[in-house]
Amino acid sequence: MNLRKIGVVYRKELIDSLRDRRTLISMIVIPLLLMPLLTIGMGLFTAKMMVSAMQETSHVMVIGGEDSPRVMSAIRTAKLVALVPAAPDYIKQVSKKKVGAAVVIPKDFDASLERNETMTVPIYMYEGEFPSQIAADRMDKALRDLGAATVRERLAARHVSDALLQPINVEQHKVGSSVLAGLIPYLVILLSITGAMYPATDLTAGEKERGTMETILCSPVSRTDLVLGKFLVVTTTALATSMLAVLAMGFSFLYAKSAGAGMPLDSASIFQLNIDAGAVIAVFAMVLPLVMFFSAVLLTIALFAKSYKEAQSYLSPLMIVVILPAVMSMMPGVELNMETALVPILNTSLVSKEIVTGTYPWEYIFFIFGSSTVYAAIALAVAVKLFNREDVLFRA
Amino acid sequence: MIEANQLCKVFRDKKRGEIRAVDDVSFRCLPGQIYGLLGVNGAGKTTCQRMLATILQPTSGTAKVAGYDVVNEPEKVRASIGFMSTATALYGRLSAQEMVEYFGRLYGLTESVLQKRIDELFTVFDMNEYRDRRCDKLSTGMKQKVSVARTLVHDPPVMIFDEPTLGLDVMTARTIVNFIRDCRTRGRTVIFSTHVMSEVEKLCDIIGIIHNGRLLAEGTIGSLREKYGPGDLEDIFIRVVEGGGR
Repeated sequence: MNLRKIGVVYRKELIDSLRDRRTLISMIVIPLLLMPLLTIGMGLFTAKMMVSAMQETSHVMVIGGEDSPRVMSAIRTAKLVALVPAAPDYIKQVSKKKVGAAVVIPKDFDASLERNETMTVPIYMYEGEFPSQIAADRMDKALRDLGAATVRERLAARHVSDALLQPINVEQHKVGSSVLAGLIPYLVILLSITGAMYPATDLTAGEKERGTMETILCSPVSRTDLVLGKFLVVTTTALATSMLAVLAMGFSFLYAKSAGAGMPLDSASIFQLNIDAGAVIAVFAMVLPLVMFFSAVLLTIALFAKSYKEAQSYLSPLMIVVILPAVMSMMPGVELNMETALVPILNTSLVSKEIVTGTYPWEYIFFIFGSSTVYAAIALAVAVKLFNREDVLFRA
Repeated sequence: MIEANQLCKVFRDKKRGEIRAVDDVSFRCLPGQIYGLLGVNGAGKTTCQRMLATILQPTSGTAKVAGYDVVNEPEKVRASIGFMSTATALYGRLSAQEMVEYFGRLYGLTESVLQKRIDELFTVFDMNEYRDRRCDKLSTGMKQKVSVARTLVHDPPVMIFDEPTLGLDVMTARTIVNFIRDCRTRGRTVIFSTHVMSEVEKLCDIIGIIHNGRLLAEGTIGSLREKYGPGDLEDIFIRVVEGGGR
């Protein structure tokens, strides 16, 4: 191994890659533009849509109720509700989205309540249609409020305190959010493989396709030094991609928090991210051997291909293999233990999730860092071995 | 000097079985000589030269290039040769200068020696005008000159040319032919493969006719004519190939 030559190869391959538009797109444009656009942009858009839908008046059709002024008054006084004249085809009108919801008040409703009976009120709504959902919710609330008032009246008539029915009051106080924090390791892992994919292909199958492989093989650099130089470039671009993605996400969250602050609903809290910079650095330290593992695996697979196209068809399914364990780590019930700590990708995702939420399980951290390093070393050894095989380099 | 000793290269193909691409080839080329390997496509010229350049390992036999063994000292061999073929393309995203610099650094030249050598080569080959132009923006002729500069940056004693004029126009091919001739004048050992008879006639001191991996005949054009009858090189070549070297 000649460090000077590895350095020469690294420098050249990095310059070469940075001049390639496709590498720049996957390394800079995607993380800096696409990620914030997808995550924050979509989030803000959805939040804004929700807000405007919640400020709109719902059109509700009430069937029956002529003999029950009390329930009708409860419905009429519900906030942001406008009643439309009843029609016999009310179900059709809901399904055609002409009215938000339809409520059928049974006959003798008020009188039945006074007789202490339980009444069932059907509400018709269009599932999946947000305005219809809101209209139904408003009706639901109005009727439940009426129900609660009726309960209180019934209890009062029997001289019973309504506290009897509510022995426990629960209050939830949010002090942190790990939903988005849990996304960060996932994002780092996913983006690092996306960032590694293009240069790994370009530096192997791309060289074969462009005819520069033979040029470099006849130079006095050893094949091991050549692979190591290329491997370090792929690792660099992979890390740069994920770092840029995390930076872009961080700035986007800051922006979204201020943009979402004026919103009446809880949308501003969607963008709360309570993690510190130290945790992000720790996540990157954990991800480093994994990124090296990816880089070596991608190089190995892409080297086997004769052309760029062939390499892409080998590497695309690999994305799914990577996404699966990363997604698994976000599922409830998948916890860090000695078994999961051995599964590549899943182990790093799980331990990173712990780190971003402020927990540092040191025994797992050392174990996972060690096992990932071993995996990376094995993958790199395979890449070096393959680079020394003539049938792979000159596969025709 | 190049000394090939019973070089063999066997490829294993799933469909075709064992292929003896180079079969028991021995020859010698001295400094200041051009050895021409003449053969049809698929005769074994490229495989033979790739073994000399240590890009491929011989299945059996060996060769010494500039005093180094191709099997045991491949890196020293590569440091002593300039290898150029139709398959040795340039890095399109590097400039002409960067391309030559990259190889100079891999050959272990110090920065001051490298810059001096680059200035010299770019001036001799009249390349200063497109020094900073990216290789993918160069014409075929310019690219060939950059390739030549790349092979010469470390001033190697041995040059290996594998069909260097394939697909080139007359003017560019002529530049390459003149360059090969110049290598001989400067006392380098040159091995040159082609299937263009006229180039061999013009350039080579010794001609080796290779067919189906075997070196069927070898000698100066005069000695080949003596052995295989009169006519031009093409007539001799066909007689050798058809007669299996007898």
